[in-house]
Amino acid sequence: MTSTLVLGAVAYDAKVVPIWDGFQRWFASQGLDFDYVLYSNYERQVEQHFAGAFHVAWNSPLAWVQAQRTAARLRRSARAVAMRDTDRDLTSLIVVRADSPIRSVADLRGRTLGCGAGDSPQATLIPLEHLARAGLAPERDFNVRRFDVLVGKHGDHVGGERDAARALMQGEVDAACMIDGNHLVFSNEGLLARGTTRVLAQTDKYDHCNFTVLDGAPQALIERFCKLLFSMSYDDASVRPLMDMEGLKRWCEGRTSGYAQLESACDRFRYLDSFLERMKVA
Amino acid sequence: MSATRARASLDLGGLGFDSGAHVLVKRALARLEPGAQLELRGDAAELGIHAAAWARAEGHSIELAPADADFVACITPGAAHGARWRGVERAGAGAGPEHVVEQPSQRWGLAARGAAVEAGAPAFDFALASKAELWADDLGALYAQALSAQWDPATAIPWGAPQEHSDELEDALVTVLTYLIENETAALIVPARFAASVHPHFREVQQLLAIQAADEARHIEVFTRRATLRRSQLGLSTAGGQASLKTLVDEPDFALASLLLSVLGEGSFVNLLWFLHEHAPDECSRAIMKLTAQDEARHVAFGVAHLARQAREDRSLAPRMAAAIERRHDALRGTAGLNAEVFDALIVLAARGFEPQAIAAGHQAVVELLRQMHAGRRNRLRLLGFEPERAEALSALHTRNFM
Repeated sequence: MTSTLVLGAVAYDAKVVPIWDGFQRWFASQGLDFDYVLYSNYERQVEQHFAGAFHVAWNSPLAWVQAQRTAARLRRSARAVAMRDTDRDLTSLIVVRADSPIRSVADLRGRTLGCGAGDSPQATLIPLEHLARAGLAPERDFNVRRFDVLVGKHGDHVGGERDAARALMQGEVDAACMIDGNHLVFSNEGLLARGTTRVLAQTDKYDHCNFTVLDGAPQALIERFCKLLFSMSYDDASVRPLMDMEGLKRWCEGRTSGYAQLESACDRFRYLDSFLERMKVA
Repeated sequence: MSATRARASLDLGGLGFDSGAHVLVKRALARLEPGAQLELRGDAAELGIHAAAWARAEGHSIELAPADADFVACITPGAAHGARWRGVERAGAGAGPEHVVEQPSQRWGLAARGAAVEAGAPAFDFALASKAELWADDLGALYAQALSAQWDPATAIPWGAPQEHSDELEDALVTVLTYLIENETAALIVPARFAASVHPHFREVQQLLAIQAADEARHIEVFTRRATLRRSQLGLSTAGGQASLKTLVDEPDFALASLLLSVLGEGSFVNLLWFLHEHAPDECSRAIMKLTAQDEARHVAFGVAHLARQAREDRSLAPRMAAAIERRHDALRGTAGLNAEVFDALIVLAARGFEPQAIAAGHQAVVELLRQMHAGRRNRLRLLGFEPERAEALSALHTRNFM
């Protein structure tokens, strides 16, 4: 029986290594033997999760849906055990230039929408789902221009959203998709100078990453892992740098109620078909 | 939305989170009564969207108000609010920016003296971290004096003054300047190296070492510029001279390096520079020697001041200093010391010519210089607490290379 909890994570940025090294040291100080493996893309991570390569996955929302759908077809189960406070209740925005004649989503007909990476829930799939619910189908009612930065990392890298925002300001696209927080970041950076953009639409709230475990994971280790996560306090100077790097103030229980829009998008655009074929569960 | 909690209100007007609204919101949150909430009002575009994104990143809860409300959103401060100020430690033990402690914590790191240091800051590894080994009583005055005495080579030196001396005198001068440049390079490296090892709590020491290094950089510049006024090549850098200087550069102990460099070396250099001020053949060189001698005298004063203080508090320092002088003497026993070209050049400069009587006078002047250097070293060693006979003997062991 294993005594080491192994985590799978995607190396979307060089900072991922010091983050998980830091967690490893802190977990060790709390008596939990912890290790991690890194993947270059979420598809490989989900695949290897089902192959038993590690116990708990730090999953993007799309990787969660991939894992959850795969588990359902294999008559297994996937659980979201924890998430950051900052993973809850995000929204995405569809932004136009302030002087744009586009006043409503219906005005996007015949226009070009700048999205993030094709596998970005926040900058592509969820905004497209939002427009589809309003009756606008991509590539039928409007053109989609994807800014595919680091495909496989599910939009964790902000580069695609930034490129879409830049294209908006340069007039290359008529509208651009981005997380609400990135709109604020780009505004403060001056990329989207104050007063030069207007929010055309805002999606419903959704959730982002979670720690995913599959049935059969070592229960005592997972419980210990979660208990330690929930014990992390931003008041504690020894963990505050880790929480800053990972972008949270507190860990929350995992919940799956915030993935409905993404699941609808995956169904509507048959986005998961090729992945489920790869997993041989289509 | 809770109706029972106290609420404060903040009207942002047209100010958005894309133009600094967070500053006012943080200020208002800091002033909230425990358990209270903050209502945001304002009419900036995207205020609600940005407020929600900002609050999420800060760990606050936020509820957006219904469209018919007279406010935009209500923020409930999260538990992380103000966490960075909890458990802070004052760099300087809370006694204010001027208070200098004996042993500053390595965790105070680069923080300004008197700053609040967040818990969890990394520990640095400043090798020089005790007041006893660094401090002098009049550091502030020495630094102020150093600042006010800074000079600009472009305007302080009469570079265009007439040059009426012979080529042979110019050659002698270039020989000496070549020697001065490499000595000043050592005098730059040593304080610069230690400045990086001094705990920033002792900022006055860092400042003095830094300005000392800057002084030497300027000296190197003016000696070089003067040496190449009439010559395209410089003189000889000798193996013995460099061997002597290498013992200075290699000395790892701050107190001992200060002794060898500032108290003994630069102290001797002050005599040498005043000698050159008196005997240099042109107005430009004389001005250079005067200004550099004044700078060097400050370096000597700091070295004497902090070593005298340390020697009073640490009885083990005097024997360590004596051993360092003897060790350096032994290390240099097999070297030539001052190169013959420099020694001869000093005689020629003082002679101002090559008649036998002039040379004799020049030689006598150099002998007198050596006597003054020795007397100066002996007096400074006395200030460090050495008995007269011991000071006399230790001074005699000083490198023949002067620095």
